[in-house]
Amino acid sequence: MTTKEYRTISQIAGPLVFVQKTEPIGYNELAIVRMPDGTEKKGQVLDTSDDFVVVQVFEGTAGIEKAAGVRFLGETMKMPVSKDMLGRILSGSGEPLDGGPAIIPDDRLEINGAAINPWARDSPSEFIQTGISTIDGMNTLVRGQKLPIFSGSGLPHNEIALQIARQAKVLGAQEEFAVVFAAMGITNEEAQYFMKDFERTGALKKAVVFLNLADDPAIERIITPRLALTTAEYLAYELGYQVLVILTDITNYCEALRQIGAAREEVPGRRGYPGYMYTDLASLYERAGRIKGKKGSITQIPILSMPGDDITHPIADLTGYITEGQLVAKRELVRAGIYPPIDVSTSLSRLMNEGIGKGKTRDDHKAVSDQCYAAYAEGKDLRGLVAIVGKDALSERDRQFLDFADLFEKRIVRQGRDEDRGIEQTLDLMWEILANLDESSLTRIDRKYIEKYHPKYKKA
Amino acid sequence: MANEGKIFRVAGPVVTAEGISPRMYDVILVGKEKLMGEVIKIVGDKVVIQVYEDTAGVAPGEPVINTGQPLVAELGPGLLGSVYDGIQRPLPELMSVMGDFIKRGVAAPGLDRKAKWQFTPTVKKGDKVEAGTIIGTVPERSVVHKVMVPPGVSGVIDDIKQGEFTVTDTVAVVSGKPIMMMQKWPVRYGRPFQKKTAPDEPLITGQRILDSLFPLTKGGTGAIPGAFGTGKTVTQQQLAKWSDAEIVVYIGCGERGNEMTEVLTTFPELEDPKTGKPLMGRTILIANTSNMPVAAREASVYTGMTLAEYYRDMGYNVALMADSTSRWAEAMREISSRLEEMPGEEGYPAYLSARLSEFYERAGRIVLADGRTGSISVVGAVSPPGGDLSEPVTQGTLRIVRVFWALDSKLRERRHFPAINWLTSYSLYSGSLDGWYKANVAEDFPELRNWTMELLQKEAELQEIVQLVGSDALPEEQKLTLEVSRLVRELFLQQNAYHKVDTYSPMARQYKYLKSIKMFNDYAQKAIEGDVSVDTIAKMKVRTKLQGSKLEENVDQILDSIIGGELAKEFETLGAK
Ligand SMILES: Nc1ncnc2c1ncn2[C@@H]1O[C@H](COP(=O)(O)OP(=O)(O)O)[C@@H](O)[C@H]1O
Ligand SMILES: [Mg+2]
Repeated sequence: MTTKEYRTISQIAGPLVFVQKTEPIGYNELAIVRMPDGTEKKGQVLDTSDDFVVVQVFEGTAGIEKAAGVRFLGETMKMPVSKDMLGRILSGSGEPLDGGPAIIPDDRLEINGAAINPWARDSPSEFIQTGISTIDGMNTLVRGQKLPIFSGSGLPHNEIALQIARQAKVLGAQEEFAVVFAAMGITNEEAQYFMKDFERTGALKKAVVFLNLADDPAIERIITPRLALTTAEYLAYELGYQVLVILTDITNYCEALRQIGAAREEVPGRRGYPGYMYTDLASLYERAGRIKGKKGSITQIPILSMPGDDITHPIADLTGYITEGQLVAKRELVRAGIYPPIDVSTSLSRLMNEGIGKGKTRDDHKAVSDQCYAAYAEGKDLRGLVAIVGKDALSERDRQFLDFADLFEKRIVRQGRDEDRGIEQTLDLMWEILANLDESSLTRIDRKYIEKYHPKYKKA
Repeated sequence: MANEGKIFRVAGPVVTAEGISPRMYDVILVGKEKLMGEVIKIVGDKVVIQVYEDTAGVAPGEPVINTGQPLVAELGPGLLGSVYDGIQRPLPELMSVMGDFIKRGVAAPGLDRKAKWQFTPTVKKGDKVEAGTIIGTVPERSVVHKVMVPPGVSGVIDDIKQGEFTVTDTVAVVSGKPIMMMQKWPVRYGRPFQKKTAPDEPLITGQRILDSLFPLTKGGTGAIPGAFGTGKTVTQQQLAKWSDAEIVVYIGCGERGNEMTEVLTTFPELEDPKTGKPLMGRTILIANTSNMPVAAREASVYTGMTLAEYYRDMGYNVALMADSTSRWAEAMREISSRLEEMPGEEGYPAYLSARLSEFYERAGRIVLADGRTGSISVVGAVSPPGGDLSEPVTQGTLRIVRVFWALDSKLRERRHFPAINWLTSYSLYSGSLDGWYKANVAEDFPELRNWTMELLQKEAELQEIVQLVGSDALPEEQKLTLEVSRLVRELFLQQNAYHKVDTYSPMARQYKYLKSIKMFNDYAQKAIEGDVSVDTIAKMKVRTKLQGSKLEENVDQILDSIIGGELAKEFETLGAK
C-alpha cells in the first residue's frame, strides 16, 4: 500500500481536488486529504493519468487549501460489515453516531457492489402484505422488488414508508424484516420522526440507520446509499435476512451528483443533471433483488420528492425507468383529506402479476384490480364532464362510474395510519364497491369470479 | 507494429493508452487483469479505449495489449437458447466462474468448445461452393442449423465429413482451406448478402392491434416509444413469445435485471405456437442490464444484430427486439462525453442518427444464392425522457423505421393495454399487405380493417363533442357509433398479456372478432332505424356474450355461433317488438 503523502494540489473546484505528479494511482481508489490542522477528509479518484489525479472529496472541500496533503490508499472504498450492526446508528459515511463502540468487522466489502448476474437472479414472487389497500390490492409489492414513492414536498411520504415498514409481512412466514435506513440530506426533524417510530415499535433492534442530514456534507450523499446497500447485501446474502431498504431523499442524492458533474465541467444532460445519471441510479436500484439459492432478499423503497410535483422531472423520470413501478403521492388527495394519498392511476407495480393470484393472494385478485383501475379511471374522467354539463346529462351507466370513483377514494384509498388491512379484507372491499356497477360493466372479470365473489351471489 | 503499450489515463469506462498503434475498433486487453476494451479514438500517439468491464483500481502505467482483431461474434451451433452479456459472454458460464455477481477479467467464449454436434453434409467432394453455400446441417434446438461456407471463402470441396464434431473441428476442406462449424464476424459490420428484396409478408404476432391494424413485416422495421410503464417491455416480450419468426434475438439493453429473469423463467415453459417446441429453443437472449458496464451495453445491439444476420443467412426469418435503444444511445452519449467530443442535441453525439440508421439498415429481407429468402425484422423500444417524443433518439428513429406503435400514458392510466394509440400509430406496410391478408385470412379482411379504422376516427371526433354536451344529448345514430367503438376498444384493441386465452390471438380469430363486431353494427343500424334504442341494444345478451368471449377457453366456438346465427336471432326478437 502506498502511503506517500503528496503536497501537489494544483486546483480545488467544488467538491474536486486536483493533485499533480503522483505515482500511478488506480481509478476509484480511496484518498485521504489531510489538512494542516490534522483533520482528515475521505475522497475517491474520479480520473487518473500521468498528468494529474482528480479526487472527489466526500466531506466537501471547505477548508482545504493547496498546502493540504493527499494520500492514496491503494484500494477502492470498502465498508466494514458485521452482524452486530443491527441496532446501530451511523453517519452518512459509516461512523458510529450513537456513542456505541466501533464496528468490529466480520468482513470488508466493496461499496460499489457488483452487478448481480441476471442468470443468478431468482424472480421475486412472494407477496408482501403492507396492510395498505392501494398497495396490496392495486400495486402489490413483492420481496426483492424496488418500488419507490414519488412524492412532493410536504406530502406524507415518510408516514407511508413507516407504515409499510411497520406492517410489512409475508403471509405464513415468521421472519421479520430487517430495515436498512439511509437518510440523505433530510432535516433533523424528519430523521427524528423515523428514529422515534423505530424506537416506539422496537424496529430499531433490527435496523441499521445511516444518517446524512441536511447540514451534513452534500457529497457524502454519494456514498451513503452505497454503504447502506452494501450493509443490506451482507445482511441478506450472507446472514439470510429479508431486508427492507428505505432510501430518502433520492432528490438530494441527485443534487449531489449534479454538483460533481458541474465541478468537472461535464456536458450536462437534461436540466443540468449528468448524462450518466440513469446508469448511476441503476447502480443503486438494481441492488434490490433475490438470488437463487440464497435465503435473504433485498426490497427497496426509495423516496423522492418531485420538484414542482413534476413526474417528468429527470429524477422521477429516470427512477421510473429503472424501478419496478412507483407509488405516486398526489397533493389533490391530501387536499381532499385522504390518507394515504396514493394515486393509483399513475402508480404501478410491475411485479404485481408475479406476486398475486391463487395460493398467493386470491384467484380473483388480478381481475378485480384491473376492473377497479378501469372503472376508477372512467369515473375520474367523468368528473371533468360533470363540471361542464351537470350530472343530469350523464347516462345511467356514466352516473354509476362517477359514483364509483368517489367510493373508491373514500373506501379503498383512505385508511388509518395504523389500519392494517388483510388482503382478503381489501379484496372484499373492492367487490363491495364494484357491486354498485351494472354487472355488464364488469368486463374485466371472468364470469366464474363474479359468481364466486360478487356480493350479490355470495350472499345468496 | 507495437503490440504492447501502457495506460496513460483512466476515467471511468474510458482508458487512454500510449505505445500501441492499433486500428479503430481493434480489441485491446487493458491492465494487469486484461480487461477487454475496444479502440474508439486515435489522437496522435494516444489511443482511446472503451472498456467493457469495471475499471476500478486500474492505474496509469499498467500494460495494454493490442489483439489486432476487432470485436467479433462467434457463430455456429449452440447459439440458440443461450444467454449472453453484451459482448457474447455466456452468463451461466460467468456465473460458474465468478459466482452470483459479475466480476471482471474473465474471458468466456460465446460457443461451447466441448459440445459435440451431429453434422450431416449436404455437398460432396468436388462440388463447387462459394461464401454462404450450405455444406451441411446440424440439429440445433428448434431448428435445423445450416453450416455455411464463411464469407470470403470459395472453391471446390476437397474433403467433407460426417459425424459428431465440436464447433472447432474441421468438417470440410474447401480448396485446401479447412472449414469448421464456427465462424467469426466483426459485430460492427453487417454480414454480406447478395440482394435485398421488399418484405411482402406480415410478421404475425398474435397481438390484435399490431397484426390487424399496424402490421410489421418479415424484414421490416418498427419502433415502440413510450414513457416508463406504458408497455414497451411487455409488448416486446409478447413479440418475442408469439411472433411467427423462426428465430428470436432479444436484447435487454440497459434495462432491468428482473425482466431478464422473467424471460428466463417464463420462456422455457412456453411453446412456440408454430412448432409446439419450447420457446427458448428458438431464442437468443442478450442481457446487459442497466448496472452492467456501459461500454458493453453500447456493443450489445451489434452483437445481437450479428447473431440475427447469421440465422438470416441460413434462410430463416429472424425477429430482433432491442429494449431499449435509448439506453444504447445514452451509452454512446456517455462514452462520447468522456471523449470530450463536441455534443449535438441534448448532449448526444452528432453521429447519433447515423448510428441509428446503420443499425436499422441491417434489418430487411434478402435473397440467398439459391433463391430462398431470409429476413430480419427489428423492433426497437425507445424510452423518451419525460415521454416527450420530440427528443433526438425518438426523432432519429422515426425517420428510419416504417412502423410506429405509439404508446400513450393516458391509455395506460385507464389500464387500456396494450396502450398503443390507434389514432397516432401507423404502419407504412399495411397497404402493400392487403393481398396477403386477402389470400391468407379472408377476402374482406382489408375492408373490415378500414371500416374499423374509420369507426375509431369517427369516435374520436364524437368524443370531443361529448366532452362538451355529454353523451345523452347525441342522436341515436351517433350513440351507436360510440357503443360499437367501445366494443372495438374493449373487445378487440385491449388485449391482456397476462390472460391465458387473451395473450395470443391467431389471425383467424382476429378476423372473427372484427367480423362479429361489424355484423353487430350492421344489425344495430337497422334496428335503430326501426326505433330500437341504443340503450336496449347495449343490453342485449349477445353483446355481453361477445364481450365476455375473449376470456373464455372456447372463444372461437362462441364467436362462430354468434356469427353463425345467434346475433341475427336476437336482433330479430328486437325487431319483432
Ligand atoms: N398487454 C398488456 N397486458 C397487460 N398488462 C400490460 C400490458 N402491457 C403493459 N402492461 C402493464 O404495464 C406495466 C408496464 O409495462 P412495461 O412493458 O414494463 O412498460 P415499459 O417497458 O414501457 O416501462 C406492466 O407491468 C403491466 O402491468
Ligand atoms: Mg421496459
